[in-house]
Amino acid sequence: MFETLSDRLNDTFGKLGKKGRLTEADVDAAMRDVRRALLEADVNFKVVKQFVASVKERALGQDVLGSLTPAQTAIGIVNEELIRILGKEQVPLNTPSRPPQIIMMVGLQGSGKTTHTGKLALHLRKQGRNPLMVAADVYRPAAVNQLQALGRQIDMPVYQEGTDQSPVRIAENSIRFAQERGHNPIIIDTAGRLQIDERLMQELVDIRDSVSPSEILLVADAMTGQEAVGVAEAFNDILDVTGLILTKMDGDARGGAALSIRSVTGVPIKFIGTGEKLDAMEPFYPDRLAGRILGMGDVLSLVERAQEQTTEEDAERLQDRMMKGQFDLEDFLDQLQKIKQMGPLSQLMDMIPGVGKQLRDAKAEVSDDDYKRVEAIIQSMTPWERRHPERINNPRRRRIARGAGRERQEVNQMLSQFKEMQKMMGQFGQMAKKGKMPKNLPFDLG
Amino acid sequence: MLRRMFKRRSEPDVQMEQGLEKTRRGVFREITRLFDRSELDDELFEDLEMLLIQADVGWDVSQQLVAELKERIRQDGITNPSDAREVLRLEMIKLLELATRNRTVKILQRGVPFVILVAGVNGTGKTTSIAKLAQYHQNFGRKVLLAAGDTFRAAAIDQLKIWGERTNVSVIAHDQGADPGAVVFDAVTAARQRAVDVLIIDTAGRLQTKHNLMSELQKLRRIIEKQIPNAPQEVVLVIDATTGQNGLVQANEFTKVIDVTDIMISKLDGTAKGGIAFSVAKEIGTPIAYIGTGERATDMAEFNPETYVDSLFFGEGEGF
Repeated sequence: MFETLSDRLNDTFGKLGKKGRLTEADVDAAMRDVRRALLEADVNFKVVKQFVASVKERALGQDVLGSLTPAQTAIGIVNEELIRILGKEQVPLNTPSRPPQIIMMVGLQGSGKTTHTGKLALHLRKQGRNPLMVAADVYRPAAVNQLQALGRQIDMPVYQEGTDQSPVRIAENSIRFAQERGHNPIIIDTAGRLQIDERLMQELVDIRDSVSPSEILLVADAMTGQEAVGVAEAFNDILDVTGLILTKMDGDARGGAALSIRSVTGVPIKFIGTGEKLDAMEPFYPDRLAGRILGMGDVLSLVERAQEQTTEEDAERLQDRMMKGQFDLEDFLDQLQKIKQMGPLSQLMDMIPGVGKQLRDAKAEVSDDDYKRVEAIIQSMTPWERRHPERINNPRRRRIARGAGRERQEVNQMLSQFKEMQKMMGQFGQMAKKGKMPKNLPFDLG
Repeated sequence: MLRRMFKRRSEPDVQMEQGLEKTRRGVFREITRLFDRSELDDELFEDLEMLLIQADVGWDVSQQLVAELKERIRQDGITNPSDAREVLRLEMIKLLELATRNRTVKILQRGVPFVILVAGVNGTGKTTSIAKLAQYHQNFGRKVLLAAGDTFRAAAIDQLKIWGERTNVSVIAHDQGADPGAVVFDAVTAARQRAVDVLIIDTAGRLQTKHNLMSELQKLRRIIEKQIPNAPQEVVLVIDATTGQNGLVQANEFTKVIDVTDIMISKLDGTAKGGIAFSVAKEIGTPIAYIGTGERATDMAEFNPETYVDSLFFGEGEGF
């Protein structure tokens, strides 16, 4: 829907051709693009203004290095500056001088506090801790039930006193309860509230003053618009927030809100939420978010998703089979299924810089149905046939086509394509033996 | 003269006015103030563009609004800032009308349940919005039934049931983790058997990038269609007013996948600015039909471009 910054800068500089040094006119033209890209990524207007000014200063008179285009040089500067603001270091959760560790979750309605209370508890238990979740949202219908249900899902204790008790008392009582049972840390889920609601903001202050948490995490939706700054400033002024969790990052929002919040409040981003499952929370990496705000794809996430689907042993065994030309339809099916688990193809393609645009330009439809078709054909084969695709004769092909509900030509086509693929793999294997190719094929991104 | 110029054209909509009360304390009121000067200078246009962007109107649309304003001022020889403000006001209303003129009139047929499917990304306030829609239809004396189609999020079913009790409406629900298709099937069957006028179906929140969850919505649609031809008669997409430019992508994707007929902009009771309505109107044109203005079941109003713009334009104590 929105053009990426690199596409725009390429357009802008395309007219100018290659030059040895960025002139003021070059930089001004580039800054217009940068400004627009950041605004479309929902970075706050005032933050954009400051940002563009500081990038411009750095970019003026910058040498364009030999192999780089002016566009790439400009993007490099923008990217570095973004990372600098987002914070280079990863900031861990605060450890209190004296246990227990008390964490308060705050934020607007619908930002994902309750879900992330569960995620954080799970994360901490994986580190050998024994967390307690506290249901202090007594306002939203069924919020207590929601936390209890999450607790059951991950087998985690939840402290609750229904909805008639005051959240301050619930928080206080939960600390006693945790100390008696040896729970630590304690994660308090509070109700969503608007930063302008004085009564409810006061309630947060009261909870804080009565339990003295070592950590107050603001939970903010990655899709938030310009208002993100107002929200973060208000929560931070009143409560002294210690960290930010940026949620719903598995969507396609650019997440400019994070840049705004970080640059206005200085509060570090501690985690990002990347899915609805309770293990979908990751530490924050500024370089990835920078790339994303600029719409430059996210190769690292892609690599990571690929790694999630396969173990190193599997990968080595597979590579070995490929090199020896033993790669059969069983292996092929296995790979197809792994790719499918990584997400829809179109989404994967978007993660590779530049590819998204090329595909859009070519109007190419990457269809997950093609996958399904091939999968259906292979699944209609016997294990023997999958291991010996070259010996699948005509009657077998007829049977497979019927089983898969496809035409016979499609089965033929699929088999001959596979034969080509096997041949190519064999050639790669020969080349690798002669040392013409690196053993681990990296993503070739041009 | 000035009085006449500033006189509000549209009847005040009390519900909407109250909800937007807090909203207009923010950026839009500054827009009004912007025109309290003696002449039209470049600074005014620059500030205006900035304020529009700060209201989440979006880069493209802000540029376009300012450019059109300049053009009209030039053509009509306008020199008075308050006249210019009126031009801007009308341009903004015109823009929002792009989204309302596509709205089709829906007529409830006797004996055929009017089915409303409600969808949106996570945390926009779908379940609360459903309570509001239920209340709205009850006010017309219609018999309403709710379906707890969000079987994914923990306690979403309980949440809907509590709203059901509060608004005195029955809820068809299965257990958490059940197939939402089965819930929908049962709900439609029940709606027909019980001679229900309006059936409102809740669905789990889903990001538009989740391919499989988006196809699940299509499936729910088909299940409804099979039992009642032409249903769902209304497909409501709930968009959070605090959403930035991703709101546009949401409107686009959901409209493509399940033929959204009406958009509800929720949480307009905040300091949120709801500027995303302008981009949605211009770029997609899916009708915006409702606004949510608070946490009670009665906090909903029909979307009206003139009131929307006026409520956001006029600061407190002006024009009432």
